[in-house]
Amino acid sequence: MTNITLDRRELLAPLFPDQADWLFVSGLAGSSKDAAGLTQDGANLFTMAGCMGSAVATGLGMALSAPDRNVAVITGDGELQMGLGSLNSVATQAPANLTVVCIDNGTHGETGGQEGHTVHRTNLGMIAQGAGFPSVKEITSADQIADAHDFIRTATGPRFLWCRVLPGDPTDFKRNFDPAFCRIRFREAYLGA
Amino acid sequence: MSSHPHDEWSQSLFRQFKDAGIDLFTYIPDAGNARLAELAEEDNETRLVLLTTEEEGVAMAAGADLVGKKSVLMMQSSGVGNCPNYLSFSKGGRFPCLMMVSMRGDYGEQNPWQYPMGTAVDGIFDAMGVAVFKVDRREDLEGAATAAINAAFRNSQGAALVLTQKFLGAKAF
Repeated sequence: MTNITLDRRELLAPLFPDQADWLFVSGLAGSSKDAAGLTQDGANLFTMAGCMGSAVATGLGMALSAPDRNVAVITGDGELQMGLGSLNSVATQAPANLTVVCIDNGTHGETGGQEGHTVHRTNLGMIAQGAGFPSVKEITSADQIADAHDFIRTATGPRFLWCRVLPGDPTDFKRNFDPAFCRIRFREAYLGA
Repeated sequence: MSSHPHDEWSQSLFRQFKDAGIDLFTYIPDAGNARLAELAEEDNETRLVLLTTEEEGVAMAAGADLVGKKSVLMMQSSGVGNCPNYLSFSKGGRFPCLMMVSMRGDYGEQNPWQYPMGTAVDGIFDAMGVAVFKVDRREDLEGAATAAINAAFRNSQGAALVLTQKFLGAKAF
């Protein structure tokens, strides 16, 4: 068994010290709380609380449509696994500006911590590699975040960063849940820029 | 010149989509969208994206919209059954979602597996707030496509251009 020591609440800030320069899409629950904590629910982040499985495909649509911007999808292992095929779609299009950050706590954190597939035999890094991502990296401890920071900036895109974290609480942050409002906010900030 | 049976109307519809500013064409291959997909791939200003399952195209439309771009999702009617949850983007989030559906299981179908979903397309779209614009005859195409494009991108909602088997013809089994 791999020794996992990474606390998810201490992951995104050192990974994205330049967060204002990125466009973010985040999946359900914990990953959206972490992402909203990073950007203070900023206009460069679109968080989701439904459409489970759609985060990577949403990020793909964004990355292909904004090729001059760095796009990061921040999502959990459960959300990712509901839309695994989208990893194949990403690999075929191969947008160099897309990074997928999977925060894998091995559990369905929002619904009571029921265990997920990745605490058993499922290896998301190998799945991403098999889908055809040119660059895949796994981290399990805080001292690997500096390498991960460089990886998502210099490795050939699209990149898949598999962050295996402790099954603890996500960032405590209350974000806006209104998708229509958040859509307009994102578009105004991006298109007005 | 293509000898593709759907070449003439596909050329016309592709031009209409392009003129509407659509540059992202997402799809799961089907006989009814095959020529359109070729055109989207051949054109330097449009991108064709092969999906693994149709609902990815709904999400991609949302991602493109967030940065001001337009897309169309092309799929067979069976794929409509994969989309309802993701249509929360358009129903709840007022995201535009333009779809082009090539029907199976509606008129002259010979494969019994196509009937359950073919007959459920209207109900699913209705349940998820998607406006449906049907094409039974060639002369309906431009008007229906314009209506679907306007509903999707002027009113920010789900809108489906539905090409029926009266229009496309039924495949022999």
